[in-house]
Amino acid sequence: MTTLFKQTNELTTQIDDFLDAISEGALVFQKGVAEYLAGDMERFEECYNAIGALENRADDLRRAIEGHLYRYSLIPESRGDVLDLLETMDDVIDTAKNTLSLFLVERPEMIPELGKEWRDLADIATHTSEAVVLAARAFFRDPRSVNDHLHKVHFHEKEGDRVAMDLKRKIFESDVDLARKIHLRYFALNIDRVSDAAEDVADRLAIYAIKRTV
Amino acid sequence: MLLFFLSSGLFLGWSLGANDAANVFGTAVGTRMMRFTTAAVICSAFVILGAVVGGAGASHTLGKLGVVNALGGAFMVALSAGFTVYTMTRMSLPVSTSQAIVGSIIGWNLFSGSPTDASALIKIVTTWVACPLLAAAFAMLFYSVFIRVSRRFPVHLLWEDMLMRWGLILVGAFGSYSLGANNIANVMGVFVPVAPFKTLTVLGLFTLTGTQQLFLIGGIAISIGIFTYSRRVMETVGGSLMRLTPQMALIVVLSQAAVLYLFSSQQLSGWLTGHGLPAIPLVPVSSSQAVIGAVLGLGILKGGRGVRFRVLGEIAAGWVTTPVIACAITFIALFFLQNVFAIQVMR
Repeated sequence: MTTLFKQTNELTTQIDDFLDAISEGALVFQKGVAEYLAGDMERFEECYNAIGALENRADDLRRAIEGHLYRYSLIPESRGDVLDLLETMDDVIDTAKNTLSLFLVERPEMIPELGKEWRDLADIATHTSEAVVLAARAFFRDPRSVNDHLHKVHFHEKEGDRVAMDLKRKIFESDVDLARKIHLRYFALNIDRVSDAAEDVADRLAIYAIKRTV
Repeated sequence: MLLFFLSSGLFLGWSLGANDAANVFGTAVGTRMMRFTTAAVICSAFVILGAVVGGAGASHTLGKLGVVNALGGAFMVALSAGFTVYTMTRMSLPVSTSQAIVGSIIGWNLFSGSPTDASALIKIVTTWVACPLLAAAFAMLFYSVFIRVSRRFPVHLLWEDMLMRWGLILVGAFGSYSLGANNIANVMGVFVPVAPFKTLTVLGLFTLTGTQQLFLIGGIAISIGIFTYSRRVMETVGGSLMRLTPQMALIVVLSQAAVLYLFSSQQLSGWLTGHGLPAIPLVPVSSSQAVIGAVLGLGILKGGRGVRFRVLGEIAAGWVTTPVIACAITFIALFFLQNVFAIQVMR
């Protein structure tokens, strides 16, 4: 039983660390986009490296948690849901990191007048990710309060869609060449995908929370 | 020779361990919340403890129904009850050892011309009816309290899992103790008047009366049943009646344990009479029917959808058919034992 107590304690910490990594990854993503827009490539690369490290850490933690849950037959009723949740949460930081890697490799030439819209889009993606991390924490600690966070995820995601649409419209209304327009639209889509990934987690969490509270 | 005559009771004990241990630890093992070995060790230890420490009350009531006064008669009463349970199980009819043994004792009373104590019989039958109903009421009460507390004080999913494992162990231990205390009367009750054991002092620490020694042997038979045959029953019992979460399983086992404890605790009954309240009848009841009652109680609490109320009808039919069949089998078997094998079945 002492082992079980120790394992539970360790696993609780690992899950918290995993969610910290996702949340921190979202903040680094926001900062990375801001640095790119500001033209500071040195700091942008620091952010890219930081999100890469956080993503690796999240992967390691997820594997460790999965191993623990199976090895010690913990939470047999909710194990499938928890593993599924961790994997979809991992998609959020993966999408954020991939988007920054696209910035690093493709170096899109931004339209200076649209800086605020780009920043808003990245901010919203971060807010959506942070809200879903809070919802996931609530799923573990107090499933009845999950919905308090989920409605924020849906709100931010819709807001993200609106801002992305507005940004794309402005990109295509500008007088830059078509290739650049299509390139920038591709980046708007990718930033918005972070919010979409967070919303996918939220949809699953809504069901898992109901299962836990029934 | 004594062991030969006791063998029918030991067989009943083995059968009880093989089947009824699953009522206590079935869901915990079936849902892999607990290893079978852990469950079997806890269950065996507490069944024996319950049988030796708290088995006297329910056994006393069976004694009032009829005192089987020859070892051969006691052997056949237990064997007929076992045979009834076996046959009815094979015919997929709901059956309980508690009800079979009562029918068998009445069969012996009829054969030997001994009177059957009507008030004891009424007390026993009333308890059978009360058992699943009370289990349902307990389950509804415990679950409502559990839900309120867990909403008021939410805990982390992983800590909830750990608490649930501890809860299943504690409640399982209580359930095993109650099972031993209540059901040992079915296994060894009929041998009490004829057992030749003398009071024994163990290492100068405590004494075991003859009845307690008999119950110890019965308890060991139950634990052999647990270790040798209950694993498969436990692993399949999880989803058989209704899919239970570990939380619901905990409530079901707790309700069943509370009912069995209620109908076997001399202390509780004494405490109630001491406070001017009516005494609780100490009667062996069916742990399976208590479980069914508790599960139905939870089903009703959750809106009654998917609850098979027909099960209650089947149980009620068993209250009549099981004792009648056991009574008839015992009567015929005693006739054969006395007239064909020339074994004394009564004094």
